[in-house]
Amino acid sequence: MDDKERAETLKAATSKWQRGADKVPAGKTCKAYSDCTTSSGIDVKLLYTPEDLGEMDYMRDIGFPGEYPYTRGYQATMYRGRLWTMRQYAGFATVEESNRRYKYLLNQGQTGLSIAFDLPTQLGMDADHPLSEGEVGKVGVSVSSLADLEVLFDGIPLDQVSTSMTINAPAAVLLAMYIALARRKGISADKLNGTIQNDILKEYSARGTYIYPPAPSMRIISDIFAYCSKEAPNWNMISISGYHMREAGCTAVQEVAFTLADGIAYVDAAVKAGLDVDSFAARVSFFFDAHNNLLEEVAKFRAARRMWARIMKERFHAKNPKSLMLRFHTQTAGCTLTSQQPDNNVVRVTLQALAAVLGGTQSLHTNSRDEALSLPSEDSVRIALRTQQIIGYESGVADTVDPLAGSYFVESMTNRIEEEALKYIAKIDELGGAVKAIERGFIQQEIQNSSYQYQLEIESGKKVIVGVNKFQVENKPFKNLMHIDSALYEKRHKELAAMKSHRDAAKVEAALAQVKAVAGGDANLMPAIIDAVDAYATLGEVCDVLRSVFGEYRPDASF
Amino acid sequence: MEQKIRVLVAKPGLDGHDRGAKVLARAFMDAGMEVIYTGIRRTPEQIAEVAVQEDVDVVALSCLSGAHNTLFPKVVDLLKEKGADDILVMGGGVIPEDDIPFLKEHGISEVFGPGTPLATCVDYIRSHVKKEA
Repeated sequence: MDDKERAETLKAATSKWQRGADKVPAGKTCKAYSDCTTSSGIDVKLLYTPEDLGEMDYMRDIGFPGEYPYTRGYQATMYRGRLWTMRQYAGFATVEESNRRYKYLLNQGQTGLSIAFDLPTQLGMDADHPLSEGEVGKVGVSVSSLADLEVLFDGIPLDQVSTSMTINAPAAVLLAMYIALARRKGISADKLNGTIQNDILKEYSARGTYIYPPAPSMRIISDIFAYCSKEAPNWNMISISGYHMREAGCTAVQEVAFTLADGIAYVDAAVKAGLDVDSFAARVSFFFDAHNNLLEEVAKFRAARRMWARIMKERFHAKNPKSLMLRFHTQTAGCTLTSQQPDNNVVRVTLQALAAVLGGTQSLHTNSRDEALSLPSEDSVRIALRTQQIIGYESGVADTVDPLAGSYFVESMTNRIEEEALKYIAKIDELGGAVKAIERGFIQQEIQNSSYQYQLEIESGKKVIVGVNKFQVENKPFKNLMHIDSALYEKRHKELAAMKSHRDAAKVEAALAQVKAVAGGDANLMPAIIDAVDAYATLGEVCDVLRSVFGEYRPDASF
Repeated sequence: MEQKIRVLVAKPGLDGHDRGAKVLARAFMDAGMEVIYTGIRRTPEQIAEVAVQEDVDVVALSCLSGAHNTLFPKVVDLLKEKGADDILVMGGGVIPEDDIPFLKEHGISEVFGPGTPLATCVDYIRSHVKKEA
């Protein structure tokens, strides 16, 4: 039999089988066979066969791990070489308590730190700012100056851990503090490993912690790229994040499309600022959500990897293979956690974490079961970390690379996600790129529409959420929730006042004047910011100087 | 004709998580109410001012940062100061069960946690706001 005959035989056999299946009455879970769709509205057929792979070419579309187009993973040996980095996002209250939690996590076998900052810090405001009241230390640790960072990392060897910081609008200032702290410990910037999120575009479209308007924000990011590519070559200077857009309600396809469109915008800005694409692209990293639909999520990660490789090669003509590799962090989907029967969340998190691992993630945060109720307790955080360890050490899924490759369904879904996401990227290109699309509200509107649709499906019962709209029980109060003392605001006031009374005021003033001068010109901002924070200028002081030059972003509120 | 119920959906504090606020805003609109959304990162002062200016019947507060105990009562107090204590103030977000009695003592009429059906919020407003015909 030649290929053509084989294809015809398969086609005939498939339709014969489908006719038989059509005679079976529709089941109870999917009302009709036509009624199954993924989160992205992609129809899911009853059965997939080689026919669904069409013209797919193994070498062109899938290839080998560690080789273009990286569909199967960015390294040749993946988890056989080393498991993913188990990185729990943590940080709360004071630098002292967070420092203790980090040491606890490192002792429990965690392999990287991930710093959560409170909202005042994320918005470039000091802990004693009037708007900080009630927010200090709530969703993360409060850091206002280098003095705080000194305590936060006390006893943690900065040249031996990798530190990820979820910081965006003021990323340059926190990175400057980290570099200044390392210098004082005799560690140069080129020895530092870690990541700053530094992804402002998704702040405008979903997460909300923006400060300055888009244009100066993109300039700061390009300055960070230029600085890091020279001085801190191991630092991941951006983590382009689909996570928050997904959490805000977009679909898997939209998550890939909007994230890669943001990625295109950052690379474009850096190239326009005069950087050679291969001088920085290898240090661009990504951050995705792992949602409930296991196989769609696996396909999403695979599609994103292949798409980015093609974008970097074809659009930006990158030559270094490392520039083509999409490396990513994953967090399980916080928005899927339910406050009803919170222990069920352990199971959700397990499935989502499995999707991330089957999708080839480089690092992973697993959410805790009680996060729909409050910040996670220590017990819950341990279960979340153990979930990763069980997947890694007991389940066997890490033993072979990309084990779902070749599945007719997973490959077909990978292709579909790529096709659909490319349509979105084409639309965003038409609008003038991600920055313009955000300024016009396109991405925000798309996210809002999907999120409302999702909620309506829950309301109608079309989408089942166990324990919420089906299989409910009387809710028992969940014990041992984490509480943050609201008196922190006063404590931090005093600490900041004490710190300010000990610093060299003239030095601070001169350094801030220098930041202002550089902000008004074209030179790289990083050296001036490092000098300022090294003199104990506070986060709020540096950001206020930048606000005075760049202005603040104030969007229209729509829903 | 019956007058429409006017609702201000508001995000006090610094958190940018407004998925829930936006979904509720749409649901209230679909239920025939007039809805104003403040956008994120509003102070209690700004919220109270808009509520009075826009002559709303309901202020629906959403906070996911844990600052609700500080921010929600402030909105209630400011409305009182402005003589607008007839406005129904409800709250939602990531709010631990233990905090609900405190919030109710401070004038938040009801607190809706994650997973609350939209219809429950809509019905709550309808049964607590009576518009003159």
